[in-house]
Amino acid sequence: MSLSAESLSQIDKEIAKYPADRKQSAVMAALRIAQVEKGWLANETLEFVAEYLGMPAIAVYEVATFYNMYDLEPCGRHKITVCTNLPCQLQGADTVADYLKQKLGIGFGETTADGRFTLKEGECFGTCGSGPLCLHNNHKMHTHLSPETVDKLLDELK
Amino acid sequence: MSATYTGPKVCLWTLDHADPASLATYVANGGYEPLKKILAEKTPATEIIEQVKISALRGRGGAGFPTGLKWSFMPRNYDGDKYVVCNTDEGEPGTFKDRDIVEFNPHQLIEGMIIAGYTLGAKAGYNYIHGEIFELYESWEKALEEARAAGYLGKNICGSGWDFDLHAHQGYGAYICGEETALLESIEGKKGQPRFKPPFPASYGLFGKPTTINNTETLASIPWIMRHGGQAFLELGKPNNGGTKIFSISGHVNKPGNYEIPLGTPFADLLEMAGGVRDGHTLKAVIPGGSSAPVLPADIMMGCTLDFDSIAKAGSMLGSGAVIVMDETVCMVKALERLAYFYFEESCGQCTPCREGTGWMYRVIKRIEHGEGRPEDLDLLMSVGTNIAGRTICALGEAAVGPVQSFITHFREEFEYHIENKKCMVGA
Repeated sequence: MSLSAESLSQIDKEIAKYPADRKQSAVMAALRIAQVEKGWLANETLEFVAEYLGMPAIAVYEVATFYNMYDLEPCGRHKITVCTNLPCQLQGADTVADYLKQKLGIGFGETTADGRFTLKEGECFGTCGSGPLCLHNNHKMHTHLSPETVDKLLDELK
Repeated sequence: MSATYTGPKVCLWTLDHADPASLATYVANGGYEPLKKILAEKTPATEIIEQVKISALRGRGGAGFPTGLKWSFMPRNYDGDKYVVCNTDEGEPGTFKDRDIVEFNPHQLIEGMIIAGYTLGAKAGYNYIHGEIFELYESWEKALEEARAAGYLGKNICGSGWDFDLHAHQGYGAYICGEETALLESIEGKKGQPRFKPPFPASYGLFGKPTTINNTETLASIPWIMRHGGQAFLELGKPNNGGTKIFSISGHVNKPGNYEIPLGTPFADLLEMAGGVRDGHTLKAVIPGGSSAPVLPADIMMGCTLDFDSIAKAGSMLGSGAVIVMDETVCMVKALERLAYFYFEESCGQCTPCREGTGWMYRVIKRIEHGEGRPEDLDLLMSVGTNIAGRTICALGEAAVGPVQSFITHFREEFEYHIENKKCMVGA
């Protein structure tokens, strides 16, 4: 198993940010880049990253399990993570989360049968003033959510 | 009279311009001039630190530690690499100010980090950016490219012969990395578990080298201080609380958002700027400084001014300036249940009192919320809290306890009602 040339070149760019003997510093970025390419992080992907950065596989596994935006199991094509923390909750996040669950027919931590959506509960995104919020595949934030904007968003994600 | 602030803003002034984040906007308004002046005149580091001390700039990440003093801890004559690190790992519920600096005034943060690097003798700097705002990680890297192309970063900056570079490092979903030594571990490519202190980062920091870690808003304030002088910054606020400060207001207000106003502004004025409590409702309680700050009932909060000292006197803390507003419809048990879950979920697991204690607190509050509370539960919660606070490596333990003890202290009758009647007092 390997990663694409494009992914490897992105990882190399990250490695270059740190002192030459500190390649391990790039592990968080490398896992993120690998996850974007593969959809999730299988053990063999973790092992590849470990070898690429000259780290013990267990050290990579520790990082992948510690930070909650890494997915260690297969995930739907579109992962929707909703923040339900207090400021978002006050601004209506529970209504949005309930609407998503009902519309997709799944709960938090579940994937639709067609593999299209995974729904997750998130902790604070640091953007509370624009809540309710969700992240699409970790990197794209959608703000000021309501049942209407959720409908529109889900329609766009094929 | 409607409350407005029309005076100078330190960080979010670019929002009054058409293209706030651009290098052109920043430079056209005096940006990078302080850096050029410092490099041309070879201003001694001691003079820069003196101005920062005069400014009474206090750390904007939550602790309020005097920045000038922190900078003076860095060893002067250290023969090796040193680092400056910016903490943009903004994940304290209610806090969303640093993201706006990175999005709308990235170059002022870059200039602040470069001046910090020059002053502290650093060879490079890293900005640790909260994983969930990944779009800003990308946009800040673009701003770095612009700064590099313009000669403000890299080799021989502005012809001075001095080299310095900056990089972005991403978080990926761990609140604990906002703790400065956990953040350093994370940059080193490890789990974000806080380190024992001492040694402090100024002697043993990133890669074991002397390191200064400051919050985004703190570093972004530096160019303003160097341009206008420490005294002018101090005079924007009040004694011992220099400058304007960004307050992030969320929850039950008509216009949630960021408001940059002088420290010492009455809370009532901020509430008015945010459009007041949402229509038809009344103020019940406020968490004045991010979710870790003790909650204050409306009447106490309405008597406070927004500065480190006034909020501390009222029994809470200004923290990061994240003001969470709750109206009379909020069940305090339910609100606390959500916060308790957050700390349970985010405890790094290193110290037993925090790892186990946050779980205990969450489960007990959950059973009260779901009608299974027991009469002795409130005393139990207070006692679990007492057994966490002060018994952990970092402040997450205390942060988890603050909400629990303050919610129970100020709203005890709601918790007792829940336990006795197995339902909520609000709306009952």
